Amino acid sequence: MALLVDKHRPRSLDDLTYHHGLSDRLRALAQSGDFPHLLVYGPSGAGKKTRITATLKELFGPGVEKIKIDARVFQTTTNRKLDFNIVSSVYHMEITPSDVGQYDRVVVQDLLKEVAQTQQVDLSARQRFKVVVINEADYLTRDAQAALRRTMEKYSPNLRLVLLANSTANIIAPIRSRTLLVRVAAPTEDEIVSVLTKVGTKERYDIVEGLNKRIAKESGRNLRKALLMLEAVYAQNENVSENTRIPPPDWEVVITQIADEIVAERTPAQILQTRAKLYDLLTHCIPPTIVLKTLTMKLVSKVDDELKPEIVKWSAFFEHRIRTGSKVIFHLEAFVAKFMRIMESHSMGLDF
Amino acid sequence: MANFFDIKARKAAAAEGSSKTPTTKQEPNRMQPWVEKYRPKTLADVTAQDHTIQILTRTLTSSNLPHMLFYGPPGTGKTSTILALAKQLYGPELMRSRVLELNASDERGISIIREKVKDFARQQLSAIPPGAAGKAYREKHPVPPFKIIVLDEADSMTQDAQTALRRTMEAYSRITRFCLVCNYVTRIIDPLASRCSKFRFKSLDGSSASARLEHIAEAEGVKLDEGAVDALVRCAEGDLRRAITFLQSAARLVGATVAVSAGKRKKKGEEEDAMDVDAIGGTVTVRIVEEIAGVVPDDVMARLVDAIRSPATGKKRGGVMYEKVAKVVEDLVADGWSATQVTGQLYEKILYDEMIEDKCKNRIVMVFSEADKRLVDGADEHLTILDLALRIGEILAGKG
Repeated sequence: MALLVDKHRPRSLDDLTYHHGLSDRLRALAQSGDFPHLLVYGPSGAGKKTRITATLKELFGPGVEKIKIDARVFQTTTNRKLDFNIVSSVYHMEITPSDVGQYDRVVVQDLLKEVAQTQQVDLSARQRFKVVVINEADYLTRDAQAALRRTMEKYSPNLRLVLLANSTANIIAPIRSRTLLVRVAAPTEDEIVSVLTKVGTKERYDIVEGLNKRIAKESGRNLRKALLMLEAVYAQNENVSENTRIPPPDWEVVITQIADEIVAERTPAQILQTRAKLYDLLTHCIPPTIVLKTLTMKLVSKVDDELKPEIVKWSAFFEHRIRTGSKVIFHLEAFVAKFMRIMESHSMGLDF
Repeated sequence: MANFFDIKARKAAAAEGSSKTPTTKQEPNRMQPWVEKYRPKTLADVTAQDHTIQILTRTLTSSNLPHMLFYGPPGTGKTSTILALAKQLYGPELMRSRVLELNASDERGISIIREKVKDFARQQLSAIPPGAAGKAYREKHPVPPFKIIVLDEADSMTQDAQTALRRTMEAYSRITRFCLVCNYVTRIIDPLASRCSKFRFKSLDGSSASARLEHIAEAEGVKLDEGAVDALVRCAEGDLRRAITFLQSAARLVGATVAVSAGKRKKKGEEEDAMDVDAIGGTVTVRIVEEIAGVVPDDVMARLVDAIRSPATGKKRGGVMYEKVAKVVEDLVADGWSATQVTGQLYEKILYDEMIEDKCKNRIVMVFSEADKRLVDGADEHLTILDLALRIGEILAGKG
């Protein structure tokens, strides 16, 4: 029993339901025989990966769907052993180098060189090159990216890279200028609704138009999230109507709680309580950026208009601190404290 | 040595030789990036660096060359110039044994300087083929009695490595010349800089860049829409290499689409004509160029600016603005526009707006500087842009 997201994932370029112009272009590239290196970027849940998988199928035929998972061991220069998982088919390979943190350079160099130096054995293969898909390319370290740069030029007859990233900001310019940039925008709310309806029909759910619209709005234009929400709603309720509550994820409930509490009570004791909750979130592996961002959005909707820019300002400030600093909890707490102070000053009519 | 100074005859001979080569190896070139394919082959081909080229052409006639330091922004032809010069000096056969090109971004560090560079510097000069063949070779190429070491991206070399170079440069100056290529001349230590004659490469002006692009487009059979060349030049910001890469990507996109659609369905009338002319022959439009360069469309930017400048309504001003700005920013992020690009374009829009007071601009630039730093550090794009937009709005409204 697979999740809806996986069960109804489009397998070929024809099945994709939105961005038809982009699908056409990818198809053209795949058929032209001169396939460039790609850098695919867009927000999460926009369908980057799905699109690329479909393109690969267009390139190589159904063979790419037979995948296996390899566990490989790499050795760093300091003799540390790294375990690394590779998803591969005969024609392509998929890696997530950011799994191994700062040692990603070793993996990228060793693996790509190995792939690049072996030629395609299968004579009936449609393309002479192999494709390596690199997930989360924006988390690659500078070193690893610099290593890619040479590999891309040197081994281009045997190897094509597809980099997937959420933003191009962290990709170094030399890589950007060597790849064809493909932007995948998030689907609009209407497009999400149509996908939800389609999936719902296939699953024989009773489709409620209004609910689908609400899900689309709640999901923040993230199709994956929308589908998960749809599944959750139908799994929890026998009869679904227009006003059925959409169960939010647990972590979101906790953050909403925090927001409510710190708006209501602004005391040191409250900070202490919040700390426990924040720790709870962090130990459940919720990324600090998401915590801070969600908290900000919740808080902003609760406070006076005049305070909103100020809160966003401090939120951005502490988010930056989280990135550059080392201990996340300090900055989250500092934000909470700062928020309390702003609220307090405002209610007393002071300048903050 | 007979007609060493007869540059005209030699030039003609060289031109003849070089014009012959590309025709023979046209086929394997297909996959080559156009940047490499259209790299200038002679000094005369280098675009828009008249002063430098003039001096260097003169060195072709004399058998001497100083150590050189090329500096200037990326994509202005520094590497191309030195490679073209080397090619003209030595010709294809001696090029390999007489020129060492080191890309400092890959292999830097003091050990490389000590071993590779020093070894090459002290090698004996490779001989010109003897007899009549050698003489004929001499006709085409001057082959001066020294080797050239090109250190590309020299500004990313460590201080130590640069220091190690000092003595090497002098010790072997009898048979070796150095050419340092860099973006920032300030990162080259003084002792090195003073040993070289400096050449500044200026940023390409629009007309020469577009001439070059048009030439390439013509040679590749790519049809350019009106204004597409201007868009290319504008998006590349004086970097010709970037412009050419954009052009190639654009050509790939439109060219490929036409080739496919030819079989399936017929597209609009104008593209049919294009297919008759050439197999790859879609029209590159301004929109496609901007899409490839990742430029945010003007109307989206206009919406952002509108939201930022939305009218102040008494004390409640902050609120109205917040809702509007938040909506636009959310859409921007969901559409996947790169935050760096948005910041850059917003900067231009605001800074060139003459309706904004200089005093405001000063403060706004500070905000931009901070936002840029945060983005580089990898901060969240959504929050950063939202913060940036809100703060600019506050400053414009004369608050905060």
